[in-house]
Amino acid sequence: MLAREVLEELVRVLGRENVLTEQEDLLTYAYDATAAMKHHKPDVVVAPLSTEQVADVVKIALRYHVPIYTRGSGTNLSGGTIPVEGGMVLSMLHLNKILEVDQDNLTATVQPGVIIQALNDEAAKHGLLYPPDPGTVTTATMGGSVSECSGGLRGLKYGVTKHYIMGLQMVLANGEVTRWGGKTVKNVTGYDLVALFTGAEGTLGIITEIIVKLIPAPEARKSMLAVFDDVDKAGRAIAAIIRNKVIPATLEILDNVTIQTVENFVHAGLPMDAEAVLLCEVDGYKEVVQREAVLVERIMKEEGAVQLKIAKDDKERDLLWLARRSALPALAQKRPTTVLEDATVPRSKIPDMLKAIRRIATKYNLQIATFGHAGDGNLHPTIITDERDAEEMKRVHLAVDEIFETALALGGTLSGEHGIGIAKMKYLNREFGEAGVAALKRIKEALDPNYLLNPGKIVRRD
Amino acid sequence: MSVYDSLDSITEELHKCMKCGNCMAVCPIYKETRQEVGVARGKISLAEYILSGETEMTKGMGDRFSLCTTCMACNTNCPCGVRFDKIILAARAEAVRKKGLQSAKKIAFTALKMQRVFDFGMKAGSIFQGIALKNIPNRHSKLARMRVDVGIGKEKVFPMLSKKTLRSEFPEVIKVKTPKMRVGFFTGCMINYFYTDIGRAVIAVLRENDIEVVIPKSQACCGIPASVNGDVVSARTLAKRNLRAFERMGADALVVACSSGGTAWKHVFGELLENDHELKALADKWAKKSYDISEFLIHQVPFKKEGLGRVARKVTYHEPCHLNRGQGISKEPREILKSIPGVELIEMKEPGRCCGMAGSFSLVHPDLSGQISDRKTADIQTTKTDTVATGCPACRLQLQSGVENAGFDEEVLHTVQILAESYRVGRKN
Ligand SMILES: Cc1cc2nc3c(=O)[nH]c(=O)nc-3n(C[C@H](O)[C@H](O)[C@H](O)COP(=O)(O)OP(=O)(O)OC[C@H]3O[C@@H](n4cnc5c(N)ncnc54)[C@H](O)[C@@H]3O)c2cc1C
Ligand code: SF4
Ligand code: SF4
Repeated sequence: MLAREVLEELVRVLGRENVLTEQEDLLTYAYDATAAMKHHKPDVVVAPLSTEQVADVVKIALRYHVPIYTRGSGTNLSGGTIPVEGGMVLSMLHLNKILEVDQDNLTATVQPGVIIQALNDEAAKHGLLYPPDPGTVTTATMGGSVSECSGGLRGLKYGVTKHYIMGLQMVLANGEVTRWGGKTVKNVTGYDLVALFTGAEGTLGIITEIIVKLIPAPEARKSMLAVFDDVDKAGRAIAAIIRNKVIPATLEILDNVTIQTVENFVHAGLPMDAEAVLLCEVDGYKEVVQREAVLVERIMKEEGAVQLKIAKDDKERDLLWLARRSALPALAQKRPTTVLEDATVPRSKIPDMLKAIRRIATKYNLQIATFGHAGDGNLHPTIITDERDAEEMKRVHLAVDEIFETALALGGTLSGEHGIGIAKMKYLNREFGEAGVAALKRIKEALDPNYLLNPGKIVRRD
Repeated sequence: MSVYDSLDSITEELHKCMKCGNCMAVCPIYKETRQEVGVARGKISLAEYILSGETEMTKGMGDRFSLCTTCMACNTNCPCGVRFDKIILAARAEAVRKKGLQSAKKIAFTALKMQRVFDFGMKAGSIFQGIALKNIPNRHSKLARMRVDVGIGKEKVFPMLSKKTLRSEFPEVIKVKTPKMRVGFFTGCMINYFYTDIGRAVIAVLRENDIEVVIPKSQACCGIPASVNGDVVSARTLAKRNLRAFERMGADALVVACSSGGTAWKHVFGELLENDHELKALADKWAKKSYDISEFLIHQVPFKKEGLGRVARKVTYHEPCHLNRGQGISKEPREILKSIPGVELIEMKEPGRCCGMAGSFSLVHPDLSGQISDRKTADIQTTKTDTVATGCPACRLQLQSGVENAGFDEEVLHTVQILAESYRVGRKN
């Protein structure tokens, strides 16, 4: 429980309507999109309307030692917004203005509560594009996706969120407002704190303004779908495409379990016994797209695709993508709990990873479907289970441990795009070693000595 | 076990929700408030906490569950197929069982009483209206604004109570020379008391197509305003009364021109009367032959195209939530509009977006309802049309109110009115 004067001060700064204290409201900020995670109710939820108000709130929190859990749309998959230590949830959703689209510098300046799709709609009016496209483009905020450094389907060619963040306005843990980076392409002044705060999951500062890079929207695109009877062949096709210097905008893979589930769900016309399906889209200038599409088609055939479908128009394209789009929904409808991981390996190790996951599924007697961004090595092994089955959940946790170990052994990483949060905190030293974890901690303590910001995430306090 | 009887009935439905938050993209309430409790995910969590015993049903919970227009947009956008429409009904019914009829005393009357008040209003006629409402001049139809704020704001524009109710204007059976079939017309309250013009259009169009129309005098309110607010007892009484009224008169089919009425006859009556053997059978029988007027005209009649006169209108179509998502009727009204010579159909940005009326929702949350309506009104204005067609009198009221407050010239009509107009013009030629 918070002292009465804390609430009074918050109300004085934000107005009564932006300070929620009733149980019925607080309970709805106790969770995020992470599956099978214990929820925690905050003591208060506040929703500031300006950077100044954010700074004032931080100062109040500092004075009374109230933990601050910054929250965008709460769609992250690592427990990043769960207020494990109670205290305050700071909702950034009212800071939702697109401040500027600068066509001369190819940048946009937005507040953190802007939804990614809203930025893209605005950019599209000028023929521009903000490429990072997590599955949650229509719901996730810019602040949240910068803080998770979200990826998405276009990672292979266009990179991920961090490649588009040019400047940030931050409220630091001491309540001071700072600016880092800006609209210049080149900037080496001081340490690269824009890079540090991007992906920091709200543990180092609070983002109050973001300058992003925009690119001209590609003129044309072409999609194709290839079916393989062997994951190794699919793996070789991926490698061959890249080796031939074609960088598709997206290159996605669905494994056999996913294919069967999707097929039962939407009847997209995929062969049930297929071992892997690759979905590929090339984009760019019309002429280039034409040339690359022919090349990719040839490679897929050479590498042994048993079936190949090429979309002739946007309608056919949507049909091809139906299978991929339906992957998560189809899996989610099978059983109530969907544990979605994002262990990532070097692209060349995709077949090994797929086979290892299959082995792990058999070992722990679980249903694991794998799909994901084959082109950038970011797979989503998805365990479909039921949270209420305690015995099965034990096996789920063991399987997750082993998936992470396999990814690391293959030269990969714990998380490609979902972040560490609470969910993957305990695995960090396996990737970094004790010294690495200690370095993370010193950075955290340098910027937030009192563990005011998102405590209990990424680094543990002793 | 129906959603009206116990919160346990939705346990599995709740478990389907994976908290992905996709519902945030489409929820009209959440778009305005940006508070988690506004969106389906928030209310689902509250229901879960109540079921697990972590917290109990409080008056405050009831208030939170009232934050939903039941537009079903979240259903459609949910990757897990969560039927939030069921969850919200169950949660509201539970709130009423535990905490009494909606904490919002603002809904001054239950559906049953509403009918009595309307009937009284009809008798008292202009006196009643003169006291409470003031006329506002409008080119298209008689509208009024609240003189005093009785807790629902003075912004809302109301249609004037009609001089005569629709049901008193017509005999119970309207004969035609060589009837193709005999159809029961369930009018619903709004068409009976306020928008009798829609009712007259329905009757005219049916007669034009050689259909005998039966309008049982003893039919009542559909009960949806009661059932969506958790007042299951009143809803059951009304369901029974309606079923008996139509059963006594008999008909080959039943038509409605209102999305609540359609939902009631097709789904809700059966669910409410699940435990009543005899009436459940009756409800199922009528559910099978109940149709929305546009659905009926396209698929059952099909309505005759000869004799349609020219109607020069630029029309945009607003989808009532419970017609579009609730009953899957979206193409049919457009098909009707497109078949009318002279009508140009111009789509608005998000025709399926909720208008914010949602029956009593707009009475309990007038500000929120107004904000949602403003977006709709802006979308309509950008189409540069002269007419909005829709398929539900409640939407018509909300759209009319929005257009009136924004001060631009746009007529709001039920699709069937434009069809009736076309037949009328056709006859004159
Ligand atoms: C169905 C589904 C599909 C998904 N697909 C993808 C995908 O393809 N790729 C991908 O990368 N992710 C994906 N995600 C994960 C998630 O959508 C992204 O991480 C998203 O960017 C989070 O945005 P948010 O606004 O919901 O942030 P939140 O969940 O609210 O917050 C995320 C983190 O950012 C911090 N934060 C939020 N706002 C600020 C701020 N202003 N300042 C400082 N810190 C802040 C929070 O404290 C938290 O640690 C998916 C999630 C779901 C449920
Ligand atoms: S979209 Fe469906 S599964 Fe996702 S949070 Fe909303 S109700 Fe739950
Ligand atoms: S039914 Fe409509 S208003 Fe209610 S929660 Fe779903 S989207 Fe929101």
